Amino acid sequence: MEILITIISVSGIATLLAILIVLADKFLNNYGQCNISINDGDKKLVVQGGQSLLSSLGEQKIYIPSACGGKATCGLCKVKVINGAGPLLPTEEPFLTKQERLDGVRLSCQVKIKNDISIVIPEEYFSIKQYKATVMKITDKTHDIKEFSFRLDDPNTIDFKAGQYMQIETKPYGKIKEKAIRAYSISSSPSDKNHIELIVRRVQGGVCTTYMHDYLKVGDQVTLTGPQGDFYRRDDSQSYIFMAGGSGLAPIKSIVMDIIEKKLDKEMYFFFGAVTKKDLYYIDYFTQLEKDYPKFHYIPALSGPLPEDNWKGEVGLVTNVMLQHIKDGSTMHAYLCGSPGMINACINVLTGVSFREEKIFYDKF
Amino acid sequence: MNAPVINPFIIFFASIITSNMVLSNFLGMCSFISVSNEFKTASGLGKSVTLVMVFTTIINYVVYKFIILPLNLEYLRYVIFIIVIAASVQIIELVMDRYLPDLHIKLGIFLPLITVNCAILGISLFMVIRNYNFWQTLLFGLGSGLGWWLAIATLAAIKEKIGKNKIPEGLKGPGLTFIITGLMALAFIGLSGIFVIK
Repeated sequence: MEILITIISVSGIATLLAILIVLADKFLNNYGQCNISINDGDKKLVVQGGQSLLSSLGEQKIYIPSACGGKATCGLCKVKVINGAGPLLPTEEPFLTKQERLDGVRLSCQVKIKNDISIVIPEEYFSIKQYKATVMKITDKTHDIKEFSFRLDDPNTIDFKAGQYMQIETKPYGKIKEKAIRAYSISSSPSDKNHIELIVRRVQGGVCTTYMHDYLKVGDQVTLTGPQGDFYRRDDSQSYIFMAGGSGLAPIKSIVMDIIEKKLDKEMYFFFGAVTKKDLYYIDYFTQLEKDYPKFHYIPALSGPLPEDNWKGEVGLVTNVMLQHIKDGSTMHAYLCGSPGMINACINVLTGVSFREEKIFYDKF
Repeated sequence: MNAPVINPFIIFFASIITSNMVLSNFLGMCSFISVSNEFKTASGLGKSVTLVMVFTTIINYVVYKFIILPLNLEYLRYVIFIIVIAASVQIIELVMDRYLPDLHIKLGIFLPLITVNCAILGISLFMVIRNYNFWQTLLFGLGSGLGWWLAIATLAAIKEKIGKNKIPEGLKGPGLTFIITGLMALAFIGLSGIFVIK
């Protein structure tokens, strides 16, 4: 009897409190229907208030880039709010520069919709979609780089600009209990609208790269979100140089394929930096391209070739090798993809040979 | 329980100073030590603790008088108090978000943290042990909250001032915090001649 009373009263109190919380949530967290006006009224949405801006937009199929899932730790989901967002929260402060604060930039995962709100988001966000995709092929490219080929299932076509990236969502595995989202550049050509390829280099202890290298199998379903990013080819030049290292080859390959498929008459120099021969990949592919297209030049450079590499190509840092080939960059565009260290070094060297800073595009990772 | 009923106002002042929750009972130490680096933040946390303390002690008092006592569930009071505290914090947060958005923005991030502040549970348990009536409980909760706020705000202010000086490597962080806390406790308890509750 006593046991029964105990169980009933404790669960009774818990139930009562749970009901109270549910009721409170229903009535207090109910802000009715709110209007979201995007880009000065270009697009108008009606959503149920009470949720974050990020998830409300997601429900309406507008995907703002976000890697942490709304926990205010990645700082990617920035959106410019014209009015209706309430004051800046302490959770947002670390991610916003002074200028951004003045411009009304907010983290969309922290802004709760309580009334009508008007925001500005870049046009390209509208083309970002969430794709269900299947892994079709996994190829070893070097000792630590793999290429993943995906078939898009739902939706089954994609339009992207060569050079953009996709986000992939990992499932929990091993000791990792939470989902993670990471971005990788697309290496395939935009003309293949049903497939995309990503090149991923293993990072020691990396949550997502470990998942992709060790756990992802052919036939697995994954969720991809994209295309995103502003690292894509601008058309207003006749000659381009590309510089990449490691998996930075991915967007460059896509851009080069795009130019060649569209039969654009452009001069292209592709400098690829690596340490030894075992870090090089896609050599045959680019060497063949060089033979077929006289305007495409492929210059791989090794900074520390081993004796057994039998290396006959360029030796030295990719920046120095570039200087031997390019003397005047004043009319050229440069596209750089690699580690922050490499990119900073490249920018320094490029501006030294008259590249204009606004014509140097890069993707740091 | 034939002890004379203590004037609620004595309880109020004593719980701010001489029977300060953190300085004489060592409750609520974790956030007291870790969230006391900046005066502004510490003071914000102090306000939230005060608010939550007042509300949860009132709710727990009602639950104790009208559910726990009649049903002879004394031995379950820990579990019940904790459930009540967790739920009330959640509801307080929802109410604040709706009706006091400005306050919610200032205190919002602290509220979930407070759910596990032991001082909050401590108040409810002391109220039972000391057999307080409603007014005593109310002022005890309010006083303890204000006392906790005063203590953490003072500590943060002292730490901010001292932080500008050169501090020996080994004393940085918790070391210095504990020394300051000890000195503060001495100072607060030094007033026990005026009023004290046990």
